[in-house]
Amino acid sequence: MTEASNYTASELLAVMSARLLLDGQIVFAGVGIPLLAATLAQRVHAPSLTILFEGGVIGPFIVPGELPPSTNEQRCTRKANMVLPITDVMLLLQRGYIDIGFMGGAQIDRYGNLNSSFIGDPEQPKIRLPGTGGGNDISSLTNMIVAMKHEKRRFVPKVDFITSPGFLDGGTSRSDAGLVSGGMFRVVTDLAIMGFDEQSKEMKVLSLHNGVSSEQVQDNTGFDLAFDDTVQTTQPPEPEELAVVRELDPESLYTA
Amino acid sequence: MSNSAKVKPYLELRAETQARERGLKEKVMSLEEAATLINDGDHVAIGGCTMSRTPMAMIWSLIRAGKKDLIASRSIMSSEGDLLFASGISKHVITSWFSQGIVWGVSKVMRHHVEGGHAKFDEWSHMSMGLRYRAGAMGVPFLPSRSMMGSDVGERCREETRQMSCPFTGESLTLLPALNPDVAIIHVQRADAYGNAQIDGLQFMDPDIAMAANKVILTTERIIDNAQIRRVPDRTRIPFFTVDAVVEVPFGCAPHECYGTYEPFFDHMGQYAKQVSLDPVAGAADYLRHYYEEPATWEAYLERVGTAEILDASRRGRSVYDD
Repeated sequence: MTEASNYTASELLAVMSARLLLDGQIVFAGVGIPLLAATLAQRVHAPSLTILFEGGVIGPFIVPGELPPSTNEQRCTRKANMVLPITDVMLLLQRGYIDIGFMGGAQIDRYGNLNSSFIGDPEQPKIRLPGTGGGNDISSLTNMIVAMKHEKRRFVPKVDFITSPGFLDGGTSRSDAGLVSGGMFRVVTDLAIMGFDEQSKEMKVLSLHNGVSSEQVQDNTGFDLAFDDTVQTTQPPEPEELAVVRELDPESLYTA
Repeated sequence: MSNSAKVKPYLELRAETQARERGLKEKVMSLEEAATLINDGDHVAIGGCTMSRTPMAMIWSLIRAGKKDLIASRSIMSSEGDLLFASGISKHVITSWFSQGIVWGVSKVMRHHVEGGHAKFDEWSHMSMGLRYRAGAMGVPFLPSRSMMGSDVGERCREETRQMSCPFTGESLTLLPALNPDVAIIHVQRADAYGNAQIDGLQFMDPDIAMAANKVILTTERIIDNAQIRRVPDRTRIPFFTVDAVVEVPFGCAPHECYGTYEPFFDHMGQYAKQVSLDPVAGAADYLRHYYEEPATWEAYLERVGTAEILDASRRGRSVYDD
């Protein structure tokens, strides 16, 4: 991010990932940046986008300033079309109704595998993290967008533990393991937007945010990054987009 | 792993169910009486999810009763999981996610117990937890799923799951073993004296947990007349014959939420997180002493939580009906 920017890294994440969502899509969203981004997309360019929450909610509208602390509290149900048991909302992923799964990430590797379970050896972990929640299911069963800060310690050659499967060891290894649908679609950071090579399934930079150099992205990544032949530059957040994010999260609970 | 979280032979499962009292009879009792229905070593499934409809009063009662070696399962564990570990009543949880809540970071109490090898946290994907309870509720030993393949989450559960090729299509599937808990503890907005339970808002996995378990303890904000249940039977989510105890406990989820009645007690939760972050052992011990050991009744517990917090949580809770 450039020094002159008038937005936080988290606000940039919310705006950039919102732009990836299309009108009419059904998005399985986590709280935090994913929820902000999905709601922003609804307000700006995707009015018929539907949000699903793991707690068992179909199509809510979030009340500004009342962001839910998880996907499982009553705040998630405001103006929803339906509430249903957790197992049944998760099964909609398996049935194939969901276009995009959208979550944050603690640690990711070159094949888009995510770790939110253990830092260090799982048998004697240095840090025990909270675990998968629905992450393993969502990333096993649909296309994923992950929004996270771009730091070397988060972008590692190989995650300590695959909580949520990306493309495993690349190539056809994901489908060979039985995961015949879904996979990583985009990784959005405060520096760039990444996709994955169609054959090798390695992460590659598709576009850089305004004022960010490719060296800067590589320096903040723990493995050799591929760059697309035609790397684009993203348009900085518009005042209108930032205004919506700030209206939704006036206390900067998720965007500090 | 203890036997109580293993798949039960079908005839044993049925025989246990057949032996249960299933008549339309009153089963109202106190928290203390209900706690005697749970044995040391039991697998206890906890209703609700994260900070929602957590049967906190029942957990309070189990901790006060000094239960031992409980295996606790839940869709997602929040601060009640911390207290199970910190009090020592459970050293083994089965869940998909365990921390107080995203805004408070990773639970220091969970970390202390798991990283130190004092307690076990078996991690299953959220849908897998749901399908395991559902298999238990359906009376089948497993359900197939397209999740938990290729990942280390799946690998780590490999002793308990199976992989198979679908006999119809040849596709790979994960077989998830049924969970039939010894006891389910579930908090609801209202129930009658027989145990017909009505749940407002999010049901989470509670109807499946109730059907799967061999015993159900219901705590409820209010006990209502059976005639009121019969007026809106479509709102009943748990039928009376699965239920063994009904306990009326207003604010029975405090400091967590009960849909439409009160939201989480955010100040209390923030204070708790601060206290255990400074020192997960002493902080949790102090919390348990102040809120769990010293108050002799649930009313006294609520007094310590404080009127201001209760009123604030109630005002926010009821606001869900403003739209």
